[in-house]
Amino acid sequence: MATYIIRRLLQMIPVFIFATMLIFAMVFSLPGDPIRALAGERAQSESVRQALIEEYNLDDPLPVQYGKYAAGLLRGDFGANFRGRPVSDIIKQRLPITARLAAVAFVFEVFLGVLAGILAGVRQRGFFDSLVLVSTLTVISIPIFVLGFLAQVTFGLKLGWFPVAGIKQGWISYLLPGMVLGSVSLAYVARLTRSSLIDNLGADYVRTATAKGLTRGRVVGVHAMRNSLIPVVTYLGIDLGALLGGAIVTETVFNIPGLGGAVFDGVVRQEGTTVVGITTFIILVYMFTTLLVDILYAVLDPRIRYD
Amino acid sequence: MDPLLVVDDLHVEFRTDDGVVRAVNGLSYMVDRRETVAILGESGSGKSVSAQAIMGLIASPPGFITKGSVRFEGRELLTMAEDERRKVRGADIAMVFQDALSALNPVFSVGWQISEMFRKHRGASKKEAKKSAVELMELVEIPDATNRYRSFPHEFSGGMRQRVMIAMALALDPDVLIADEPTTALDVTVQAQVMQLLENVQAEFGMGLVLITHDLGVVAEQADRVVVMYAGRAMEKGTIDEIFDQPHHPYTEGLMNSIPRLDDLNERLNPIRGNPPDLLRIPSGCAFRPRCPYQQPDCAEVEPTLEFVGDSGRSTACHHWRDAFGE
Ligand SMILES: Nc1ncnc2c1ncn2[C@@H]1O[C@H](COP(=O)(O)OP(=O)(O)OP(=O)(O)O)[C@@H](O)[C@H]1O
Ligand SMILES: [Mg+2]
Repeated sequence: MATYIIRRLLQMIPVFIFATMLIFAMVFSLPGDPIRALAGERAQSESVRQALIEEYNLDDPLPVQYGKYAAGLLRGDFGANFRGRPVSDIIKQRLPITARLAAVAFVFEVFLGVLAGILAGVRQRGFFDSLVLVSTLTVISIPIFVLGFLAQVTFGLKLGWFPVAGIKQGWISYLLPGMVLGSVSLAYVARLTRSSLIDNLGADYVRTATAKGLTRGRVVGVHAMRNSLIPVVTYLGIDLGALLGGAIVTETVFNIPGLGGAVFDGVVRQEGTTVVGITTFIILVYMFTTLLVDILYAVLDPRIRYD
Repeated sequence: MDPLLVVDDLHVEFRTDDGVVRAVNGLSYMVDRRETVAILGESGSGKSVSAQAIMGLIASPPGFITKGSVRFEGRELLTMAEDERRKVRGADIAMVFQDALSALNPVFSVGWQISEMFRKHRGASKKEAKKSAVELMELVEIPDATNRYRSFPHEFSGGMRQRVMIAMALALDPDVLIADEPTTALDVTVQAQVMQLLENVQAEFGMGLVLITHDLGVVAEQADRVVVMYAGRAMEKGTIDEIFDQPHHPYTEGLMNSIPRLDDLNERLNPIRGNPPDLLRIPSGCAFRPRCPYQQPDCAEVEPTLEFVGDSGRSTACHHWRDAFGE
């Protein structure tokens, strides 16, 4: 296992280099002039312009720019935006907000998703099963910004249960956007749990468990569930990585200043360094959650061996 | 005293999209303590389904037990409340399945799966349960039992896995053990070892043993009585010696002729011609008629019932057994 982890960590290096390079190239080949954009409608003196180009190495050819950037990364320097603010600072400020949103979404999808999946799976083709299948399909097929607006209008404006937008009111402000953000994954988790449970309920070892004289609750809850949760946990792990990377649409709809919003602003303002810096961070988060998921997979399923 | 286990006129059908699959059609037999009954039949003859019906393992839908009775020590199992029925499983009647790899839970250690019997049925502590489980693993001759306790099913060989299944079935000292083709998935030497083990534990525990097989050779030494099944019915019943000596049913004869004989290697094998019946459309009259070399016109009309041959309790379900096999 230890050798496997080390090998995986080493494999991350080329993946990381390639991914960041790709993003770097894409961002810097965007049309438009970032320095001009910075000034907006105001006039800009040529000397200021020159100084900025100098500072951000904008004159260098792309590979050189990337080299300088990568060297910075090695020192833990994610670069700075055009106003001189370090990107790591932006991440530090925005990550907790994104993390809170992710936590709400994650708890929501884990508990409700798994529960709905189990209840649907144990009574296949029952009323609750049909309800889960139809409602999850609905959630999956509606675009998330529509879900967001609907939730804002219904629960925020009409019923007044939650703040409509922003994060001024503390934890409660995260509930509605968190649930919207988690809803699609919840639907997938419910469906995955359901189908996985149904598969396992038909397995021979479940019949054995019944033949052992165990209660139905134990047969389903321990023997079948322990196997059914393997793919669900894998999905949830990957999803957690995605959640921590920020949610551009949900954050925008609910006006939440998280990582997703920062990337969005960066793209609009053509601040290449911000976009690249945050995206680089997100790539790191992704790579580590994926590794964690793979390790967890071997822990959950003793048949998986990494050596 | 009531007989240990009585299966009486058992009918099981599966209502599928294609129609009604009549898997078991009036099967009757009984088993007593210290007795081994072999259920013999080709693939699809309803051996496993009848065993699962006894254990209450038929999923409904699609499976339905439409008729018959299963009595354990005089208590009717088929109409018993589920909670009571559950307590019969494992403790009174236990079962060993055909393919131990898929029948054991892949994510729990074998020791955990065996000890679960003691923890859940006897309320044993973890430590006591573990001790009992290791003892059982030693009883079924799993080498290095203490260390193997923590191994997972996929880490065992086929024969060892089947021993684990047997240990699990023996945990609560059941009165009846149903072994559904316990050696089919194993190679010949291992087969013999597992059969020997079953014989030993039966001698030690004194339970009634129902041995399901499609290979008469496997049970020849062990079985006291044989029930020959075809299309979900008993075609012939008798002691193992009687059956071996002279079958009194064309199907049994066919089965015997299709076994390779060590004492006569020159004799050609004669598999039974034709195919097992389509259980969606079982022929009228005798189900074996289309494949029977002795068939007569009346075989298509009246379904033969078991009738006694002599006075030993042996019986056959053939209209023409007298003409075919003499007295
Ligand atoms: N769930 C089910 N749905 C439909 N048909 C079924 C079902 N389970 C069993 N059957 C049918 O019942 C018949 C008897 O099956 P069974 O498993 O008892 O055969 P068997 O005698 O044990 O054969 P084998 O030697 O192959 O194990 C088969 O034709 C099978 O297709
Ligand atoms: Mg079978």
